[in-house]
Amino acid sequence: MHFLFATREDLYITLAKIGILLFIVLTVNAYLTWFERKVVAHIQSRWGPHRVGPHGLLQPLADGMKFFFKEDPTPAGVDKFVYYLAPLLALALALTSIAIIPFGPQPLHLHGRDIYLSIAPPNLNIGILALFAITALGVYGVALAGWASNSKYPLLGGLRSSAQMVSYELALTMSVVGVLLMAGSFNLSDIINAQGRHPQWGIFGWNLWPQILGFLCFFTAAVAETNRVPFDLPEAESELVAGFHTEYASFKFAMFFIAEYTSMITVSCLCTIMFFGGWLSPFPASWTFTHYLPSVFLIPFGLWVIMDGFRYETIFGRVVLPAAGTGITALGLALIVFPHINEFIQGPFWFLSKVLLFLFIYVWMRGTLPRFRYDQLMAFGWKLLLPVSILNVILTSFVILARMQWGAK
Amino acid sequence: MVPTNYYVILSAILFGLGVFAFIFKRNVITVFMSIELMLNAVNLAFVAFSQALGKLDGQVFVLFVIVVAAAEAAVGLGIIILIARNRQTLNVERVDLLKL
Amino acid sequence: MTEPLLVFFILAALAVVGAVSLILQRHPIHSALSLIVVMVALAGLYLLMGAEFVAAVQIIVYGGAIMVLFVFVIMLLNAGVEERTSLSKMAGPAGLLLAMALAAFVAATIAKSGASVQAAAQTGALSSTKGISEMVFKDFVYPFELTSFLILVAILGATVLAQREKS
Repeated sequence: MHFLFATREDLYITLAKIGILLFIVLTVNAYLTWFERKVVAHIQSRWGPHRVGPHGLLQPLADGMKFFFKEDPTPAGVDKFVYYLAPLLALALALTSIAIIPFGPQPLHLHGRDIYLSIAPPNLNIGILALFAITALGVYGVALAGWASNSKYPLLGGLRSSAQMVSYELALTMSVVGVLLMAGSFNLSDIINAQGRHPQWGIFGWNLWPQILGFLCFFTAAVAETNRVPFDLPEAESELVAGFHTEYASFKFAMFFIAEYTSMITVSCLCTIMFFGGWLSPFPASWTFTHYLPSVFLIPFGLWVIMDGFRYETIFGRVVLPAAGTGITALGLALIVFPHINEFIQGPFWFLSKVLLFLFIYVWMRGTLPRFRYDQLMAFGWKLLLPVSILNVILTSFVILARMQWGAK
Repeated sequence: MVPTNYYVILSAILFGLGVFAFIFKRNVITVFMSIELMLNAVNLAFVAFSQALGKLDGQVFVLFVIVVAAAEAAVGLGIIILIARNRQTLNVERVDLLKL
Repeated sequence: MTEPLLVFFILAALAVVGAVSLILQRHPIHSALSLIVVMVALAGLYLLMGAEFVAAVQIIVYGGAIMVLFVFVIMLLNAGVEERTSLSKMAGPAGLLLAMALAAFVAATIAKSGASVQAAAQTGALSSTKGISEMVFKDFVYPFELTSFLILVAILGATVLAQREKS
């Protein structure tokens, strides 16, 4: 395929990148469920999972086994084709959207070729639009699942979710326009680089400050778009059993589950790119000593993992945890010893830290906020979020116009 | 490069299928969908000519067509909901009286 | 056969199959899904032609908004399988005839003017997004503003139509 890939090696590299990213995303998904249960438990003064492995670390594995081996009944009277299509569609679209996200600034130099830290080419001109196109199609997974189940609760859940996602998509798109105006590009890398225009400003150069209205609208709309608390009406247990996936069991349910968590990751990445400077460090560029921060985090964490492992009498505690801890500590030390690896790791380090912060906020909201009523949800989306995001666009364009007019650079 | 002819022929085929669906289908919603299919076929021709002539007018026109299609879908589906509510059917043949 | 041509034929086949499936499927949801396939295939063709922005808009607006509205209405009205009446059996051949006549007419026109279309310079990739924005906001600014009125009218119309009478 010389049309899509310059050489045969490029094809292999892309395939390898897809495999690696898929593995990472699925593992992160699994541990996100663990993270969520742990954090919510601590918010509610409980311990959360702690039986399977130290700190319940093997719980995702047990859950995964359960998903595979559970009975998978197909209810009578479902529309077979659509019933099977819906979870596949949801999962495929959620995973595709991750492919567009760039995770680091510099390409990896291996055998004289540049390997960029994203599956999509770095010069993808319609980056953010492509992401919105994929998430726009994500509605179908939920809506079709609700319809195909041929049951009343899923149908209600599907109806609610399609109405909700279409309404909030508007606010989501409008709230990003301010950022696009400031960057003058749809390309995700350009948007990040535009926030690093003044290297000395550090955290104050990010879009977060001028676009604080846009950020609030974007994050709210994005939470609604991923059907999470407090906007999780499509799957409100107390009213709709489990909403659109009531009739799904076993692996088909797991597909919806993975899709939801993957879109959480995508949204966190998007927030990071749009408003939190992507891979840019929050410190001024001249503070080179902050480049050792990854090591400062990794070495104590690794030592703690080793210590912690010896508190258990199981194989996992005695062998796996200390081994992992040694690995983490060694990585931290290696970063100090090899400066150019350290330089390379800076971008991904900050990017992933910020993504983790957003994932924590997601879980935090789940632990603290009550669910909206349906009419409140619609009123909130149409009467508050949309006008505010349009106001943000108008304000931003006026400021940009004024700067162009009076030449204040 | 793909010859522009191919795009235009594909557009013609899709438009023809849209016309056929418009006449053949009995469900109001599907009839409405075949209009969207025809609009899409026209859009394809616009973009193909835009590329062939190296001018962007065609693409801009496609954007306008999409806006019109969105407005049309909103109003049309409102009418369909009214039909379903007043006549309890979606079959176009059962909606042939001007007044109940 | 070159690769763009291969991609074209795959996408074109997908679009035609989707359009035929729209006609053959008897349940409106299946028809809607077929139409979504056509739209995504067309977006792929736009990408092939280098019209990235139009491709993205095609999926966002057509696939993500208009068709969701269709699916939503089908779910809301709980539309069942389409019934075939005697009139529809009559409409079949007539429609086929009409559609074939139309396609033949268009094909004849293309065959006649094909040479001139081919002769036009194929500049290939245009820097489309920037160019489109310049055209929309400079050359076509009045039509563009008019579309906003159109949308406003459509919103009002849809609200008035779908509103239940309070009597």
